Amino acid sequence: MTGLSDPMVPSPFRVQRVQRETYDTFTLELEPANGADGFSFAPGQFNMLYMFGLGEVPISISGDPTKPQTLVHTVRSVGAVTQVLRRLKRGDVLGVRGPFGSHWPVEEAAGSDVVIVAGGIGLAPLRPVLYYLLSNREKYGRIVLVYGARTLQDMLYKVELEKWRGQFDLEVEVTVDTAAASYRGNVGVVTTLIPRVQFDPLHTVAMVCGPEVMMRFTLRELEARDVGPESIFISMERNMKCAIGACGHCQFGPTFVCKDGPVFRYDRIQAFFAKREV
Amino acid sequence: MAMETLERVLAEHPFFKGLERPYLQLLAECASRVRFDAGEVIFREGEESNLFYLIRHGKVAVETFAPNRGPITIQTLGEGEVLGWSWLIEPYRRRFDARSVELTRAIAIDGQCIRGRCEEDHDFGYELMKCVAHVMDKRLQATRLQLLDVYDGIRS
Repeated sequence: MTGLSDPMVPSPFRVQRVQRETYDTFTLELEPANGADGFSFAPGQFNMLYMFGLGEVPISISGDPTKPQTLVHTVRSVGAVTQVLRRLKRGDVLGVRGPFGSHWPVEEAAGSDVVIVAGGIGLAPLRPVLYYLLSNREKYGRIVLVYGARTLQDMLYKVELEKWRGQFDLEVEVTVDTAAASYRGNVGVVTTLIPRVQFDPLHTVAMVCGPEVMMRFTLRELEARDVGPESIFISMERNMKCAIGACGHCQFGPTFVCKDGPVFRYDRIQAFFAKREV
Repeated sequence: MAMETLERVLAEHPFFKGLERPYLQLLAECASRVRFDAGEVIFREGEESNLFYLIRHGKVAVETFAPNRGPITIQTLGEGEVLGWSWLIEPYRRRFDARSVELTRAIAIDGQCIRGRCEEDHDFGYELMKCVAHVMDKRLQATRLQLLDVYDGIRS
């Protein structure tokens, strides 16, 4: 991927738009502040967003890979840097390094059914996959999105989810962990939807992103549907700092999540995935 | 619905996957078709529990009532899933409410009738218990995951 020239030097990007997603999650749309071109990225990659003088955070790119001029990041406000990111307004400037890491196998999945399983904010790194698949719809078999959130209020991209759900060439199943009885949608954890959706397990590529516990349970359900570990891809999260595999903060077994991940083919990490010591 | 048709429908339902034909015949003798309109209450907590349902189409909400929150949906069940197992466990009382969220078609099975058959034929009882245990295991796992409140993580 064509990124910024020096991976350790942040480039200035200006906030074009801030979209509130939930009470603690928001989406930033960024464009180069110095008139430079944007940079291309692959679905699943991340950038380091830098609040000058405060620090950096690794944030997945959640925008459309066919529109590289605008960088889109959905951020959950949980730490010192992200809380300041939350206060950004249109016109403010921040630093960006990237794009980093491995990507979802969207090209390799051509000819297969694609099952996307997302939990909570895990939908953000998978949204570029959906953009890509839908703009190359004829290359894929069934496309299924299974998305779970804690409540209806915690759900990301509601407008887009409704739009996708209305499409005839995409199956979208959404569930929440808890809801008032007036809610007519699915209630239950995201894994309960996997036995319900239709796909051909022998010709399926599954892409999974969410909290690690949720991914563990999801892997079991996919295995129960006979999807092989070589066809399952998951996005891991560790404490990423340098983003180029130099500092070692994000070591995950024999790999570094920032450089070898965040997207891993499951059979390649199966031996140490979910090991407490790793 | 003819007995053979019911038997075929039962054989195709995931809940009875792999069950032998003579057992399906026994079940078909205790089964009937039912339909619930959207919003219709299927059963209420505390009621006597004699029926369970194999959902063929539609969606059912399993609910409870909390005094300060009103009715809460704990889980929704859809096509290919089974509603109710308190017919198998003493004192045979419903633990939750069940309400049809949308038009729902199902096969109702008379649990009292089935319990009698299980007492007469323990092999049948064991096979049926394995079917129910499988569902219980899935529901228990889902409940544990629900209790973990996994979305409280920090992924961005």
